[in-house]
Amino acid sequence: MFPVKELKRSLLISIWFAFLTFPIMVIKVDAIERTVAYRWDNMFFVAFGSFVISILAKVFILRKERRAGLKKVKKEIAEPFVQRILREPRFLYPLSLAVLVFALVFPSIFSTYQTNIMTTALMYVVLGLGLNIVVGVAGLLDLGYVAFYAVGAYSYALLNLHFDMGFWAVLPIGGLFAAFLGVLLGFPVLRLRGDYLAIVTLGFGEIIRLVLENWNAFSQGPSGIANIPRPGFFGMQMSFESGITYIYYIVVALVVFTIFVVNRLQNSRLGRAWLALREDEIACQAMGIDKTKTKLIAFSLGAFWAGLVGVIFAAKTTFVNPASFTFLESAIILSIVVLGGMGSIVGVICGALILILMPEYLRALSEYRMLAFGGILVVMMVFKPDGIISNVRRSYRFKKQSPKQVNES
Amino acid sequence: MDYFIELFFGGLTRGSIYALIALGYTMVYGIIGLINFAHGEIYMIGAFTSFIVATVLSIYGFPLLAIVVIAGLAAAVWSSAYGFTVEKLAYRPLRKAPRLAPLISAIGMSIFLQNYVLLAQTSDFLPFPELIPEFAFMEPVAHVVGSSDLVILITTTLVMVSLTCLIKFTKIGKAMRATAQDKTMAVLVGINVDRVISATFIIGSALAAIGGLLIASHIGQINFYIGFIAGIKAFTAAVLGGIGSIPGAVLGSLVLGLTESFATGYVSSDYEDVFAFSLLVLILIFKPSGLLGKAETKKV
Amino acid sequence: MQAGLKMKMFSAAIVFGFAMTIPVIGTAGDTIKLGVAGAQSGDLASYGLPTVKAAELVVAQYNAKGGINGKMVELLIEDDVCKPEVATNTATKLVTDGVDVVLGHICSGATKAALPIYKEAGIVLMSPSATNPDLTQSGDYPNFFRTIASDDAQAKTEVEFAINTIGAKKIAVVHDKGDYGKGLAEFAKKFIEESGKAEVVLFEGVTPGAVDYTAIVQKIKRKGADAVIFGGYHPEASKIVSMMKKKRLKITFISDDGVKDDTFIKVAGKNAEGVYASGPQDNSANPISVAAIEAHKKTYNEDPGAFYENAYSAALALLNAVEKAGSTDMAAVIKALQTETVETPVGSIHFDERGDAVGVGFAMYQVVNGKYVPVK
Repeated sequence: MFPVKELKRSLLISIWFAFLTFPIMVIKVDAIERTVAYRWDNMFFVAFGSFVISILAKVFILRKERRAGLKKVKKEIAEPFVQRILREPRFLYPLSLAVLVFALVFPSIFSTYQTNIMTTALMYVVLGLGLNIVVGVAGLLDLGYVAFYAVGAYSYALLNLHFDMGFWAVLPIGGLFAAFLGVLLGFPVLRLRGDYLAIVTLGFGEIIRLVLENWNAFSQGPSGIANIPRPGFFGMQMSFESGITYIYYIVVALVVFTIFVVNRLQNSRLGRAWLALREDEIACQAMGIDKTKTKLIAFSLGAFWAGLVGVIFAAKTTFVNPASFTFLESAIILSIVVLGGMGSIVGVICGALILILMPEYLRALSEYRMLAFGGILVVMMVFKPDGIISNVRRSYRFKKQSPKQVNES
Repeated sequence: MDYFIELFFGGLTRGSIYALIALGYTMVYGIIGLINFAHGEIYMIGAFTSFIVATVLSIYGFPLLAIVVIAGLAAAVWSSAYGFTVEKLAYRPLRKAPRLAPLISAIGMSIFLQNYVLLAQTSDFLPFPELIPEFAFMEPVAHVVGSSDLVILITTTLVMVSLTCLIKFTKIGKAMRATAQDKTMAVLVGINVDRVISATFIIGSALAAIGGLLIASHIGQINFYIGFIAGIKAFTAAVLGGIGSIPGAVLGSLVLGLTESFATGYVSSDYEDVFAFSLLVLILIFKPSGLLGKAETKKV
Repeated sequence: MQAGLKMKMFSAAIVFGFAMTIPVIGTAGDTIKLGVAGAQSGDLASYGLPTVKAAELVVAQYNAKGGINGKMVELLIEDDVCKPEVATNTATKLVTDGVDVVLGHICSGATKAALPIYKEAGIVLMSPSATNPDLTQSGDYPNFFRTIASDDAQAKTEVEFAINTIGAKKIAVVHDKGDYGKGLAEFAKKFIEESGKAEVVLFEGVTPGAVDYTAIVQKIKRKGADAVIFGGYHPEASKIVSMMKKKRLKITFISDDGVKDDTFIKVAGKNAEGVYASGPQDNSANPISVAAIEAHKKTYNEDPGAFYENAYSAALALLNAVEKAGSTDMAAVIKALQTETVETPVGSIHFDERGDAVGVGFAMYQVVNGKYVPVK
């Protein structure tokens, strides 16, 4: 079943990897004691490991190809199972209801700790959906999304510190601040295309973080702001556990609200303008779409969600400092969007849950955790470049016959 | 005036360092349009390889010149090997994928390589052997331009010149230019595009490795994390100069290095990065494709 | 369909209401649970792992004697990567697991984020390394204690040393823009200005990880500083001292606890010679300290890492307080910590009402022949 040629190829691969990892895996020097240790056993592991993995990968690819060959024959029914479920209201409504019910009873089934990390994951769901508007739908690559998140978090921290404003008052304000900043940033950079936009947004994200770090009089610098109150509930004092549960429900509500809004947006006139903009700017302008306005709205709307989640972040952690808003954070949110499937709401939700919960549950791997994280990111992209759940464009078909007849013909 | 000259040379050194890394970014981008986030990690691996080789050789008592040459070669060879492998594993399967998929794959690769070095070696900072000796003839001006500054400047210039020759006059250089202009057309005239892309990664990685060796020797320490910041800065420099353009990457790096140096010297190092990024934004507003980048005209 | 949906919503509401009424079940066990939280992975792991080892050794010692008041001590070890947002998860996990007292966290930022959670759960926390002054001085955290002196005490030692011993008149204060480094630098600046004997000619932060520090070194030179006080960790410090050497700048370099680490001497090599750093006072004559280090060498076959003695002392102080208080009730433990003096590697200590250890101080060290030696 497995040709000798492939075995030979795998052997070559394993020799290559043994060579590749030789200096870093095998040699370990101590520059002070001036000793060298050769860890030959590592070389064996690398060679053996890469041999096995290359064979497995080959088998996987062969099977995939065979299946792809089959798929071509009956393309009409080969639409992914998930997509079918998502399109059919008959399945979709009960399913989402079940998910919602599960989300609502979650805190009473699982421990406070589980609720807490689920809250974090859900916050990233909202962040991912927000960035999805900018990157996935409007096609503007934003590498500095975390800046808006920081603006939201600091809005609450500072307004609370100086003016003693409460969570609920600041929640919309934080969102609006971030949206305003999105417009402010959007104006100068709208002329830029693709990757130039990416680096400018990256720079912008860094600038915001550096200002927060260095401007002590404004933001208290790197030591951050502590003792930010948790959200109140009509002035009721809450115990620690119920406080966490309460924030959890706030975030669940926000997620539902976000899904609703984003879903409506995508099918609106504006949403279609975004899609058109993503596909072809010039053609889009020729169709009479105001490019500037459309892009600015995408930017500010995306920023708005980040601002909202920022406020919740500050309230949940009760402490903010600039170290929480680094480029890596932006990269992770972007990974959520791309990994989940650009433009697809369900995809982004899956992406966020996987990427945020994975490191928590990978704790068992302890120090190999981030290694696995990076590796999984690469493997997922290589095998599913469209994301876990790729977005299918809404298409309208003129149906003369019933679907059954189409299949038979 | 003395102070100005001091800052100027400081900026020049810094810019040359950025340039060695930025070239790899810009070459890869020019050919396949990918921001290779793992490039900073290739630079780090180059620095680590030269650290390991140089330390081993110095323990075995090799003379300094031999150490420098062998460590440099080893760093270039292994970095190229990593660059080649990363391209094959993480980018080649994604060549027809949506535009952002390779970017995420690159970010994943970057995290993976960082942690790989962290686990296989150590999380501690390590002392990098002084590979560039203090030249006696530099002593009178050492407070302005040190020996390592001199070596960095000379090496960068040499690398720049030979790279330009390679691109301009050799067959593979011609193939690279053709591939960068139009991949489909390049295939039609009989260019093996896969091989050209591999060659680009190999050359870019080798340059980064030389950069790694020089910088590590200049600042005297390395750890697994040095690739990240250097990578971001070099990427900024490449975009500043016009990504895809080789002279642009050099010019952008020098402008960035000088800006940072003068910003620290005359204003405050608190905001050195703010200056760097603000400059980038300003330049891109007035020249949206960077200093030397070609303006994109899109036909419909 | 409509009716079905209504029915479902109704049942969902019932489930939801039911869910809200279930009380959270507390865990009660017959062991004393000592939580250890801090960076155990990531780039700051080398500051957090020694604390875990210290806790393991102290707990083993207690359990060998039969535990505390008949109860065995159990360790709960959790990683917070020194990130505030992760620290809240860590703290929640520890509280959910029914922790009684906590040794940690390592970084000040993470500690600040986690403290309210412990406070509400009524759990006493003791850090071996969080030096931010606000933690004890703001009065917000009655449950917080530490076995290390705060940043302002450290800055004061450094400034007094620079002015009185070195005789510096123009001091450049440089920091790494971080939580710890910048906080310390700000105190140093304040104390120099208050003393009136010297002036601050430069107060700036360097970017950690930058490829080159030439510009800042040239600036220090131009300002005519005769001493540099640096707030931050050893990688940046060693880059600055080696760059100073390269640019032929020969002035006194004074730094902090983050630099008083043998790694600094290893990395900076001969450039480290003559550098001053403040650090916890020398305990090499203290038999408990000697025994603690011996135990570490015996168990783990290596020298202990950063904050090991502080962590060892904190673990001893916490368990001693629980033993003396006879319970893990927060008020009782706090009272015991304040009244009972305990013999530890960092001296015989008890705690003041703000949570700082009484009897722990800072001393100055200098690198001489590749080793830190106390300055007389």
